Amino acid sequence: MSQVQEAPETLAKQLALVIDLNVCVGCHACVTSCKEWNTSGAAGPLSDLNAYGERPTGTFFNRVQTFEADTFPNTQTIHFPKSCLHCEDPPCVPVCPTGASYKRKEDGIVLVDYDKCIGCKYCSWACPYGAREFDEERKVMTKCTLCVDRIYDELLPPQDRKPACVKACPTGARLFGDVKDPDSEVSQAIRERGGYQLMPEWETQPANHYLPRKVTKA
Amino acid sequence: MKPAWSIILFTTIGGAAQGMAVVAAVTTLSGAAPQGLVAQMLWTSLAMLVAALVASFFHLGHPLRAWRAILMWRTSWMSREVIVLPAYIVLIGAWALLAGTAQVDGNVARVLAVLAIGGAALLWVCTAMIYACIRFIQEWAHPLTIVNYFALGLASGAVSSGALAMLAGETAFAASLAGWALAATALAWITRGLSLRRNAGLKLRSTPQSATGIQAARVVQTSMGFTGGSFNTREFFHGASLQAFRMAKVGFQVLVFAVPLASLAWAVATGSAGAWLLALASQAAGLLVERWFFFAQARHPQNIYYQVVS
Repeated sequence: MSQVQEAPETLAKQLALVIDLNVCVGCHACVTSCKEWNTSGAAGPLSDLNAYGERPTGTFFNRVQTFEADTFPNTQTIHFPKSCLHCEDPPCVPVCPTGASYKRKEDGIVLVDYDKCIGCKYCSWACPYGAREFDEERKVMTKCTLCVDRIYDELLPPQDRKPACVKACPTGARLFGDVKDPDSEVSQAIRERGGYQLMPEWETQPANHYLPRKVTKA
Repeated sequence: MKPAWSIILFTTIGGAAQGMAVVAAVTTLSGAAPQGLVAQMLWTSLAMLVAALVASFFHLGHPLRAWRAILMWRTSWMSREVIVLPAYIVLIGAWALLAGTAQVDGNVARVLAVLAIGGAALLWVCTAMIYACIRFIQEWAHPLTIVNYFALGLASGAVSSGALAMLAGETAFAASLAGWALAATALAWITRGLSLRRNAGLKLRSTPQSATGIQAARVVQTSMGFTGGSFNTREFFHGASLQAFRMAKVGFQVLVFAVPLASLAWAVATGSAGAWLLALASQAAGLLVERWFFFAQARHPQNIYYQVVS
C-alpha cells in the first residue's frame, strides 16, 4: 500500500552527478578514488572485512557494474557506475525513525548523521536502488555524500572542489553540478543528450541522471 | 529480503502477546473471564511483550541510541511503533497489577480493556505499515499485509490463551474459547492465503531495462563490480534453496493453520489439554516459518543490480 506522498517541495539548488554511459570504460577509478577519499575523512573509515581473505568485503559508496544489451551480432557492453542518486523525493528519508537520514535544504544532498544512526537498516530497505551500505564495523548506515567535505572546502583549489569520483574519471564520464540551474554543464548535458533517471516507475525523482549510449554505425 | 531472527521473534511473539491481551480484554468486557485467569493472561502477555522488545534490540547496530527512534513519529511508522510498544507494555503491566488485587473496580477494568483492544490494534497497524508503506516492495505494499498482522496475532493470541486456561485448570473457559480460536485460525488462513495468491501472480514493475535505462529487448548483468559480496548481497537475498523456500511455504500453512485447526476440533470434541498444547506448539513453530517466509518472499528491486558476480 503506497503512502500518499505530498508533492515534494522543490529546492532552488540540487547538486547531482550526470554519468555518461557513452564514454565510461569500466575502469573503476571512480570506485577506488571514492573509497580513498571517504575512508580518510573525519567521518571515519569505510571498513573492509576479510580484506586479504578469500571473500573480501567492505563498504563502498560507489560501484561500477557491467551489463550486456541486445543479442549477437549487435551485442553491446555497457559499464554502469551506481551510487546514491540524491532523489528529490527520497523514500529513504521519511522512514528513518531518528532523523539521522536527511536531505539538505541548501543543496539537496541526502546525508546520514552517523552520530544519530541506530543502525536499524530500515532506510536501506526503503531505497529501491540499493544505494546505501551498512558499515559492519561502525554499525551505521553509510552512503555517497557527493563529497560534501570536498566541494565546499575553500582550502582546495577551485578546480578540485568536485567529488573524488569526478576528479578521478579518466574519460570525463562523470559531470557534477546543479541540475536546477538551466545553464549548468549538467543541465545542458541532460537536455542535449537525452539524460534520464533510473527506475522512473517509483517516482523518486533521482537528481543524478544518466546519458545513454550512442551506437556508432561503422 | 534476508529474514532477521530478531524481527521474526519480535513480530511473532509481540503479535501473540497482543492477541492474548485482546482475549483478556474481550472476555473481561463480556464478563466471561474468571478473575484469576485475567491476571495470568495479562502477566503472560506482558512477559511476551517484553521478550519481543528485547528481541527487537538485537536488530540494532547501536542499541544504546534506540531512544532516538521516537523522534520522527510524524513520518516514520517505525518511530510510531517505537512509541506505541512501550506505552502498550506500561498499559498491560498496569492492568496486570490491578487485576491481581482483590477489589478491582468494574468500570476501571472495562476502561483498561477497551484501551488494551485499541492499543493492540494501533500496534498491529504500526508494525504492518513498516512493511506495507514501502511501495516498491510489491509483496508487502498491500492492505492484506495489515490484515494478516491482525489475523495472525488474534489467532495465536486465542490459541495461547486457551492453552493457558487449560494449564490453569479453567477447562470450561478454555472450552468457550475453542470456537473463537478455531474461527480466528481459519480466518487467518483465508487472509494469508489471499496474500500468497496475490504474491504468486505479481508482476514486478522494475526490470533490468528500467533499472539501467538501457533500451534493449535483452539486458543482462555481466558483473556486479565485486567478487566477495557486500551489504547489498547479504541483506536483500534470503539465501535459501528454492526447495527450502517452497517447503517453508507449504510447511507454515500446515503448522500455523492445518494442525491447529485439527487439534482444536479435537479439543472441542474431547476437552483434551494435550490438544490445546499441540495446537499452541504447532502454531508457534509455524509462525516462525511464516514470518521467515514473509521476508524471504519479498523481492527488492535493488536485487536487479546484484545478479551476477562476473
